[in-house]
Amino acid sequence: MTSSQPALRVCGLAKSFTVHAQGGLSLPVLCDVSLSVSPGECLALVGPSGAGKSTLLRSLYGNYRADSGSIRVRQDNIWTELVGAEPRTVLDVRHRTMGFVSQFLRVIPRVSAVDVVAEPLLRRGTDADEARRRAEFLLGMLGIPARLWSLPPATFSGGEQQRVNIARSLIVDYPILLLDEPTASLDAANRDGVVELIRQRRDAGAAIVGIFHDTYVRDAVATRLHEVLPPAQPAGVSP
Amino acid sequence: MSAPLLSARGVTKRFGGRIACRDVSFDLWPGEVLGIVGESGSGKTTLLNCLAGRLLPDGGSVAYETQSAGTVDVHHLSEARRRLLARTEWGFVNQDARDGLRMGVSAGANIGERLMAVGARHYGDIRREAVDWMARVEIDADRLDDRPTTYSGGMRQRLQIARNLVSKPRLVFMDEPTGGLDVSVQARILDLLRGLVEGLHLSAVLVTHDLGVARLLTHRLMVMQGGAVVEQGLTDQVLDDPQDAYTQMLVASILPV
Amino acid sequence: MPDTNIQATAYNYAYLDEQTKRMIRRAILKAVAVPGYQVPFGGREMPLPYGWGTGGIQVTAAIIGRDDTLKVIDQGADDTTNAVSIRRFFAKVAEVATTTHTEEATVIQTRHRVPETPLTDGQILVFQVPIPEPLRMLEPRETETRTLHALSEYGVMQVSLYESIARHGRIAKTYNYPVMVNGRYIMSPSPIPKFDNPKLDRSAALQLYGAGREKRIYAVPPHTPVKSLDFDDHPFEIETWTECCALCGSKESFLDEMIVDDTGKRLFVCSDTDYCESRR
Repeated sequence: MTSSQPALRVCGLAKSFTVHAQGGLSLPVLCDVSLSVSPGECLALVGPSGAGKSTLLRSLYGNYRADSGSIRVRQDNIWTELVGAEPRTVLDVRHRTMGFVSQFLRVIPRVSAVDVVAEPLLRRGTDADEARRRAEFLLGMLGIPARLWSLPPATFSGGEQQRVNIARSLIVDYPILLLDEPTASLDAANRDGVVELIRQRRDAGAAIVGIFHDTYVRDAVATRLHEVLPPAQPAGVSP
Repeated sequence: MSAPLLSARGVTKRFGGRIACRDVSFDLWPGEVLGIVGESGSGKTTLLNCLAGRLLPDGGSVAYETQSAGTVDVHHLSEARRRLLARTEWGFVNQDARDGLRMGVSAGANIGERLMAVGARHYGDIRREAVDWMARVEIDADRLDDRPTTYSGGMRQRLQIARNLVSKPRLVFMDEPTGGLDVSVQARILDLLRGLVEGLHLSAVLVTHDLGVARLLTHRLMVMQGGAVVEQGLTDQVLDDPQDAYTQMLVASILPV
Repeated sequence: MPDTNIQATAYNYAYLDEQTKRMIRRAILKAVAVPGYQVPFGGREMPLPYGWGTGGIQVTAAIIGRDDTLKVIDQGADDTTNAVSIRRFFAKVAEVATTTHTEEATVIQTRHRVPETPLTDGQILVFQVPIPEPLRMLEPRETETRTLHALSEYGVMQVSLYESIARHGRIAKTYNYPVMVNGRYIMSPSPIPKFDNPKLDRSAALQLYGAGREKRIYAVPPHTPVKSLDFDDHPFEIETWTECCALCGSKESFLDEMIVDDTGKRLFVCSDTDYCESRR
């Protein structure tokens, strides 16, 4: 894939939430969002709190269901449309092409940190020893002490959990990475480790879209900014 | 990914005047775990039994892509072939392990039965396989000759899972596999199921009323209410961005921990 | 004798009426046609309690004719109460000759043994069967056991043998040891010792099995393969004794153990009395 061709292309994306408990109240969040990201680029989403940055990122991942528009991902050198796609298509894209780092780790009971991290590799058929080795390497790089590797992360601190989460998402060389505040609860030293990893991925050719509240991190990793604006209030609904 | 493993089309089942499930259609692809969620009485278990050929639907059809004999209509198979399918290519994990185990014989015999049913006649081999599966479901090998009546609820459930998976099925039906168990016991079984389903590349249809179980184990969800599917999609999408009023109510009803 | 005349006029030949005998014969024909398959039949009340051979007697009554020679054994013996009673019953109601010699008999009704003397073409062995369903102890539902037979789903039978090895280190079943008939149906050979199982295999005699309480008839035609179930690494084996018969010295026959005095002195003698006597 050449760097001139985008890896991710979004056109006219709209997303609103309908709250049935409040008489079918419709809350528009995204309206006509378009963007594209090429390999080696890191697009930082900026905008005021509540503008829908997180909603946009989750919609890209298929975690939120877009109302209309198009989200296309280059996979196997063809464009795959994610809006309205079959679940298995979205899952396939998630397994092979698009990684997501959320702010919070969804803890799996009883599974050790190293296995949590190794899992996405195992799912792709990587040899178990190799997957563990890479998981341990990443955990070490992110400053998780070796004595914690074999423990389930449920009892870890917030920062440790987040780093486990980052390691899990970065263990596969996804061509596209979505990052939602990856350094939110990290101290300066650990933050720098994460920043370094993201830059490595970007420079290796990953197309990255992220929300970086911390301007230091944003400046360190972003190649381009994309402003997300709050939607116009629908008539008749006061904020 | 050439063909769906299981295809339901317009599956409808009535009990007298009451419709237990109505016009349910979906495709299950190899390696997928489909969750069916909804409250008690929403028709989940009836649907599961229709899919597994245990109940004859009043309308619609269920097609299964067999390993070697092409696609078959589950409800038009002869009883002999359906039962053969049920003990070779399929598994069924009941909510109550007592319904899925032979309580009068040892754990080893419970695990070995499916092997013997398809012609295994070497005691030593059967026993080795049983020991292996005891380990995989985390039951001490020295309990091999004990009857499940002496097992705890969680152990029985794990034994039932081993009994089903020993024949290396491709499709497993599960009806509330963690229902009625303590939370800590549940977690262990969920973790175990998760590992086995992924490690063995199983496809599964899982009925549960517990959205946490659904999030952990399933790729896709179907939400049922009053016998009808009101919403379906990717599990995390349905749970994080529910569209239907009933699903929103269901998701909002989860107690935060 | 006046007594005989009263019997002859009061009852049909061989006790059962002709319609009943026809019904039983039809069941027998079906049983012979489908070796090992349990055929239901309309069992009649007989002048003895269930468990004493009502099934065997009905089968014998349906097949016996004046030309036949009948032998009846109970646990191998011709001289126990049950054997004597049944023999006298048929001598009276069917006017047949009776014998204790295996070779002379055309019909042998038996409880719990197969004679040691090899059977020959034309002989019929009638077994008394208490529980015809070999899967009964494993599966209590009749509808389900019928399905299991119909579909040849016999894993559960093997489960019981597995369980025996797991508990005892070997297949501990010593009588009523399940067999596979003609590669198709699993059958209960009635509570004969497993020592007798090999005699069922490709036997020259016709084997008929009658269960009176459960009203089932099944059969093994002459020269039909009958295989005792087992595992590759725990093959079927018959009992052996270090002793020989105290009366005839046989080392090949099935021996009964007897306590002969108050000090617990033990003797082993042949269970088959006719075989034993013929060797002395």
